[in-house]
Amino acid sequence: MADNRFTGTRSYIATEDLTMAVNAAVTLERPILIKGEPGTGKTQLAFEIAQSLRKPLYEWHIKSTTKAQQGLYEYDAVARLRDSQLGDEKVHDISNYIMRGTVWEAFDSDVQPVLLIDEIDKADIEFPNDLLRELDRMEFYVYETKQLISARHRPIIVITSNNEKELPDAFLRRCFFHYIKFPDQKTMAQIVDVHFPKLKKQLLTEALNAFYKIRDVRGLKKKPSTSELLDWIKLLLAEDIPPEALRRENMRSAIPPLYGALLKNEQDVHLFEQLVFLDRRNSPQ
Amino acid sequence: MLIPFFYMLRDGGMKTSITELLTLHEVMNSGLAGQSIDDFYFLARATLVKDEAYLDRFDRIFGAYFKGVDDSLADLMQDIPEEWLQRQAELSLSEDDRKLIESMGGFEELMKALQQRLEEQDERHEGGNKWIGTAGTSPFGAYGYNPEGVRIGQQGSRNRSAVKVWDKREYRNLDDSVELGTRNIKVALRRLRRFAREGAADQLDLNDTIDKTARNGGMLDIRMVPERHNAVKVLLCLDIGGSMDDHVKICEETFSAARSEFKHLEYFYFHNFIYESMWKDNRRRQSEKTPIFDITHKYASDYKLIFVGDATMSPYEIAYAGGSVEHWNEEPGAVWIKRLLKTYPKAIWLNPEPKSRWDYTPSVKLVRELMSERMYPLTIAGLDEGIKALH
Repeated sequence: MADNRFTGTRSYIATEDLTMAVNAAVTLERPILIKGEPGTGKTQLAFEIAQSLRKPLYEWHIKSTTKAQQGLYEYDAVARLRDSQLGDEKVHDISNYIMRGTVWEAFDSDVQPVLLIDEIDKADIEFPNDLLRELDRMEFYVYETKQLISARHRPIIVITSNNEKELPDAFLRRCFFHYIKFPDQKTMAQIVDVHFPKLKKQLLTEALNAFYKIRDVRGLKKKPSTSELLDWIKLLLAEDIPPEALRRENMRSAIPPLYGALLKNEQDVHLFEQLVFLDRRNSPQ
Repeated sequence: MLIPFFYMLRDGGMKTSITELLTLHEVMNSGLAGQSIDDFYFLARATLVKDEAYLDRFDRIFGAYFKGVDDSLADLMQDIPEEWLQRQAELSLSEDDRKLIESMGGFEELMKALQQRLEEQDERHEGGNKWIGTAGTSPFGAYGYNPEGVRIGQQGSRNRSAVKVWDKREYRNLDDSVELGTRNIKVALRRLRRFAREGAADQLDLNDTIDKTARNGGMLDIRMVPERHNAVKVLLCLDIGGSMDDHVKICEETFSAARSEFKHLEYFYFHNFIYESMWKDNRRRQSEKTPIFDITHKYASDYKLIFVGDATMSPYEIAYAGGSVEHWNEEPGAVWIKRLLKTYPKAIWLNPEPKSRWDYTPSVKLVRELMSERMYPLTIAGLDEGIKALH
């Protein structure tokens, strides 16, 4: 059992509560639903679970037009119609026109796989309801061939949501739930550390200070997230910016270099520049 | 041990189900949790809470239950008013003072005392050493110093070392009665969607085409259907100017969210209350008015009517002819709103003022009566409720 436990990986810092929730889902073989601010590594989690438990990963990315059926299988009626017009022999066997979906592939895996259902809230409101039996019993029925497909090994299912739609209660009851909250400075330092192990300590401290100060600016439309911080540090390193450049006498009176990586919205950039300008005028030189 | 806790969660307003309770037992049996209460807390949270809006509530109930102060659930449900704790002053103490404070009772004592204090205190407090407030040496409140203190309403950690995870109440601002942004409003409004196929048939209906072709002996028979779109029609009336100035931002957000969400959205502005006409462009409000009768004639009664306004005014403005602050109205506002409500039976009033303040304003009471109590606060939870009432 001990080898089947998720503890985070070298490139992913998992907090204690996240680890616990994932392990509960792995042990009971039930889906886990992950929510959280954009850019806090929801999707990444599935990759890391697969990597850390050495299991194959199947990804199913949901779009607004995705139907639950597409994850199971699709019946390619058009191809069959065409073949029938051409007199192709294949046309007599309907199973030639059944296209397997991601969920089927995962159910058919030789070892226990990890199945990622990414951004489930993008789909239609009925989407989660259509998957209830599939997620609960891990089986589904192919009407065209009258086959019952059941999972050879119950996959570890990771579902992510950005909260665009509320998910039905019946669906939620079947899942574990974890909300990835925005990491505090300490956890953030660990996260940056696994991504940039050679980063100078001083630069990291200064960068984090600047980052949290920007997040604290009131009225920002989109607060910078973890992934933006990582991009920004990458840029700082590439440009070889010295740590001193990030620190001024009064932090708020200086615009941090390359801040375009952190603020992605024209109005936010404008607001930020105005604030800095006001501060500079008010504070004694 | 888990069953009373389960019922306490339900009493606390959480929609925890039996399935989830059974799952929790199953997890506990699997030996994952070990002996630590922190593990148990994480597991219970992952199993029993399915919405981040409830995380804070769960933390509070968990804290109360496992600290043995389960007799005061009612107090937990009531929040400590934020203003008591607003950062006003800061206090730094000498080493000696700190030692003095350290001599207070243990954590249990502190929690019990907090419950008691909450019952006794009803004013904002600052400084001093007993009541809950900021910058004092009382064990409760923030920005002060007491090594065993319970921190409430303080941002970031100051003097205090960590107590229990659930007592940090990190999920506080996710409570759905607080936060409201464009995105959230859109999500709430989306619940009003009702898809229908209307208009010109311009999309290929693949399934029907195949079906018809098969029946046709293989001869292609193309079938078309109209595009599917949101068929809900909304008439949005926004109060503008005067007492509404404080709420401009939230109204803007509601408006922009509504605009991108509905294909049939018509909006009008009014000032304080509805009289014989409304207008579409606030800059030309005097010259370009739309009479209410034109509106009721033009837009059919399947439109849903949403008012957004604080309904805060003098009661005369609603009940009497000539009550309007801007012009002489021949008929009282109440008559006009009744006419609108007669044409559009599906109507709600969204009020950006907090619900707790409604009772102090007579005009709000009047409007609520006119709206047959269909007034909701302009928060996510209120919007949700309102949308339900519109169905």
